[in-house]
Amino acid sequence: MTEAILTMTGIGKEFPGVKALSEVDFRLLPGEVHALMGENGAGKSTLIKVLTGVYDIDQGSIVLDGRPVEFSGPLQAQHAGISTVYQEINLCPNLSVAENIFIGREPRLLGHIRWSTVERRASELLRRLQLDIDVSAMLGTYSIAVQQMVAIARAIDISAKVLILDEPTSSLDAGEVGQLFRVMRQLKDEGIAILFVTHFLDQVYEIADRITVLRNGRRVGEYRTAELTLIDLIGKMIGKELEVLERLEDRPKRAQEGDVPLVDARELGRKGAVAPFSLTIHKGEVVGLAGLLGSGRTEVARLLYGADRADHGQLAVDGRAVTMRGPRSAMAKNIAFCSENRRTEGLIEELTVRENIVLAMQATRGWTRPIPRRRQDELVDRYIKALDIRPANPDAPVRDLSGGNQQKVLLARWLITEPRLLILDEPTRGIDIGAKAEIQRLVAQLSDGGMAVLFVSAELEEVLRLSHKVAVLRDRHLIAELPNDDTLDVDRVMETIASGAKP
Amino acid sequence: MTTFAEVRSRLAGTRQRRYLPLYATLALLALMYGSGVVQYEAFSDPQVVLNVFIDNGFLLVVAVGMTFVILTGGIDLSVGAVVALTTMVSATLLEGQGWPAFAVLPLVLLMGATLGFGMGCIIHYFEIQPFIVTLAGMFLARGLCYTIGTSSITIDEPFWTTMAQSKVRFGDNFISPSVVIALVVVLVAAYVLAFTRLGRNTYAIGGNPRSAHLMGLPVARTRIGVYTISGFCSALGGVLLSFYMLSGNSLHAVGMELDAIAAVVIGGTLLTGGSGFVLGTVLGVLVLGIIQTLITFDGRLSSWWTKIVIGALLFAFILLQRLITPRKQ
Amino acid sequence: MNTLVKHRLFWPVAMLVALLLSNLAFTPSFFSVEVRDGHLYGSLIDIVRFGAPLIMVALGMTLVIATGGIDLSVGSVVAICGALACWRISEQGDQNSVAGVLVAVALALGLALLLGAWNGFLVAVVGIQPIIATLILMVAGRGLAQLITDGQIITVNSSPYKLIGGGYLFTVPFAILVALAVTALAVLLTRRTALGMLIESVGGNAEASRLAGIHSRRITLMAYIVAGLCAGIAGLMISSNVSSADGNNAGLWYELDAILAVVIGGTSLAGGRFSIAGTVVGALLIQTLTTTIYTTGIPPETTLLFKALVVTVVCLVQSPAFRAKVFKGRRRRPSAPPAGPAAATTEKVEVPA
Repeated sequence: MTEAILTMTGIGKEFPGVKALSEVDFRLLPGEVHALMGENGAGKSTLIKVLTGVYDIDQGSIVLDGRPVEFSGPLQAQHAGISTVYQEINLCPNLSVAENIFIGREPRLLGHIRWSTVERRASELLRRLQLDIDVSAMLGTYSIAVQQMVAIARAIDISAKVLILDEPTSSLDAGEVGQLFRVMRQLKDEGIAILFVTHFLDQVYEIADRITVLRNGRRVGEYRTAELTLIDLIGKMIGKELEVLERLEDRPKRAQEGDVPLVDARELGRKGAVAPFSLTIHKGEVVGLAGLLGSGRTEVARLLYGADRADHGQLAVDGRAVTMRGPRSAMAKNIAFCSENRRTEGLIEELTVRENIVLAMQATRGWTRPIPRRRQDELVDRYIKALDIRPANPDAPVRDLSGGNQQKVLLARWLITEPRLLILDEPTRGIDIGAKAEIQRLVAQLSDGGMAVLFVSAELEEVLRLSHKVAVLRDRHLIAELPNDDTLDVDRVMETIASGAKP
Repeated sequence: MTTFAEVRSRLAGTRQRRYLPLYATLALLALMYGSGVVQYEAFSDPQVVLNVFIDNGFLLVVAVGMTFVILTGGIDLSVGAVVALTTMVSATLLEGQGWPAFAVLPLVLLMGATLGFGMGCIIHYFEIQPFIVTLAGMFLARGLCYTIGTSSITIDEPFWTTMAQSKVRFGDNFISPSVVIALVVVLVAAYVLAFTRLGRNTYAIGGNPRSAHLMGLPVARTRIGVYTISGFCSALGGVLLSFYMLSGNSLHAVGMELDAIAAVVIGGTLLTGGSGFVLGTVLGVLVLGIIQTLITFDGRLSSWWTKIVIGALLFAFILLQRLITPRKQ
Repeated sequence: MNTLVKHRLFWPVAMLVALLLSNLAFTPSFFSVEVRDGHLYGSLIDIVRFGAPLIMVALGMTLVIATGGIDLSVGSVVAICGALACWRISEQGDQNSVAGVLVAVALALGLALLLGAWNGFLVAVVGIQPIIATLILMVAGRGLAQLITDGQIITVNSSPYKLIGGGYLFTVPFAILVALAVTALAVLLTRRTALGMLIESVGGNAEASRLAGIHSRRITLMAYIVAGLCAGIAGLMISSNVSSADGNNAGLWYELDAILAVVIGGTSLAGGRFSIAGTVVGALLIQTLTTTIYTTGIPPETTLLFKALVVTVVCLVQSPAFRAKVFKGRRRRPSAPPAGPAAATTEKVEVPA
């Protein structure tokens, strides 16, 4: 077996309140494509950032090419031979392709940049990657795939021992992915070690030689791709949750038949986000969305709320067709949405708990009809108590609250508007176990009270515990709708994800 | 706004879009010059165009400095005040203190560059918006002017008067030495932007500062550098203005920052940074100059129409920029 | 005591008080206010009276800045509105006709509203950066003002018009009453309705506000309209006080003073939380600075130097980067990523939860 070019041993990294990585081992061989897999918060990006020196390392050591190393930043890492290409392209769209490859290290004569040499060498380099394009054209005029290739060309021209590709395929279509894979294979044959991060399972099996799986900041294991079945991989990524969550007693598995569904989506879709899907949600029903990261879970939620506009299909509420022009049309139909990104799409961090809670209700009333202070106090106090928000101070800036309490504030914002459909996108991500159980109990209560809930979560156990019906997504397609009867368990959902062919 | 979005996406796809504003400016200039020639017989005299250069040489130099700053996505509001300060300090040193010209010149140029350097450092290291930092710089420079003196100081130092009165002749026509200096500045700036790392880094920062940092480009040095260049150009512009006016005055160049910004924008440089040419800025200054000349030739229109027309052109070009830039995520 | 020092208005108020007290050393009668011929007189009254137009402009600017924008055109709007009102009055036969003056005032304010709406349209609907969008009117507006006055300084001789900026009502200068009324109105409008909270929400996080169902475009548009209207009132005050309109110089650099007042008052240029009381204190501070420089015999030319100093200090104190760099010895952050400024801020967001 060949000697590893990169070895990371016992890596630990802690952020205030969170242990992001503990005791992680990782190795990379020359001439291999090695996939790093894991769900949100598993520690993939932290591991890459520790490796490239974006974060300081708390514990453990890194050995590159036989020598121990520690980098102070991505630049230093790059000079040592580790280059990273991110999903969002870190190049300048306003400069030419050639210039993007050579900027900062242009061939010069007495300070004068020799553009003809720059362009000739850029052409040669790209032709090696089987890319024949006009290198004098602006980078921004090319597709994301070509830009990605240019980024790779720059990276390998600077130093070419280890190439990290961080979710490079997220915004590429099938043809473009093929093009990228051809280049990756060629680089692999030249002896470059490639660390490949993606959440597309098919792609892992198509290109990766080995797989390292992380979960909750720990290494689950390292496997040869050929020896790991898809279902095992999914199991290792998701894990069988052994958390001691309280059992939700006698959860009635209700099946609503016959009556008009509250929300009825027919072939609803949006180009580049999610393929057309059909889904019905009834009053008092909890519908779970299962699927891996990037499978289109969030996109489905956003379309139903009108956060993004659908460009395909119809949506009916109470049997009447509606056009979602934006969040306000959804709110008019009593649909509420808690985004997975609490901080960027949910809370206004500068404002207080009280203001954040009344915000949506105020928005529907318009600015001229403020909610009377007494009513505000009453509502806010009631929900601070009901959801046990701490500190129980309505005038504390919401920024100072912990993740779980922030999530409860966001929930309270929507609950006071008395929605008929509540869309929850990853409401339990990144919050402590106590708060998690509370939120789960709340969802059960709400649905018993007649509210419909669309529950999106990466944790299958959680989805199964709460939902009456589970819609399964994979690679941006809704592939199955499973009633949550006694036969449904985590294994069957995983099988569905693993076997589900694109329709 | 569907139609707006459609037009936008169509334009944003064009390969040659970075030259589009430049062509627009060129067409505008040709149109304005043509209409001048058709309407007024005297307009066809080449000296009319040369006079535009003579009357706007200092603005050209200041606008070139501004081009560097705007290319990085910044803005420099202090230029007018630095111009005034330069005329004031030069006049005081020459006339009040009796300093020789060869000592005054480097001193005022160094002063302008230092002011720019200081502002650049604050902008970069303390992450304060360029707009507010250069606003403070503007207050500072104007304030220093007023502290030196509030009345106009006439300059009759021999070097200055020579520069003011001599003419560089070719045939029947002539330009002032200041125009030669301004054109040299333009050529040097165009070379620096196109063929040196400093210039290319300027574009890179304007295109995407985060990428520039990750690609290992010297962001700090470049960003501070462009404000230093702008400060230097303002000081040089101030020197040229004092050649032109033969006086130092605290009230010189009030509002010149707006003219300079307008020239840069009309010249096709994106206010968000990353795209534009010094040549465009030259065209922009010419547009401003020709508008003034046309209004003077007309005789019926009053001088304030200049501002209204400039405002309208600014609007048109900003709208054009908005149409051709792809939406940033 | 500690909570007092931490109050967001503590430092501006302290600076204002210190500045006022320092005047006492030069002018012992500085704080005396007396009634002469049925009119209030005194240095303090003068500060508020001359500061009234700035308070007006700064109030509007506060709302615009709170939405995360900026309005550079207010100085030009000041000039345009003064010019329009004076031109209209000078055109009418009897300059003292109250009805005529009312029409002129209504016209001017109507135009101010329109100009504000234009800025708001460019920012909220077309989506141009605020600083660039309002630059257009800043440049063209001066020309428009001169177009109205025909390049002249229009002088009017109208006692009803004179009342607005230079007259007295119930012994109090009318301008002060107007400033008080508009400030009270602004407080009512933003704090008694939900407007204030919605503006802060839009300025604090535009995308989250959209997802919470707020009409952020409408709110932004409204802020620019209010800013235009406030600048219009200031334009009337200024031209009325001197009974003339000067298209070129009226309201020159007002936008900068107004921004300064807002920033001193503790409203961040990044948008979000705003304080109307803070802005009023800021505007008064700037006016007191000017007055102090006159009364203490420091050459008035140095006013700008002091302003430069104040801007720099206030901005540095507000800058997180400055605080982090200067006070980093006191609070150690655990392993802050050493990457550059842009990288550092993003990393903070991405810390896994």
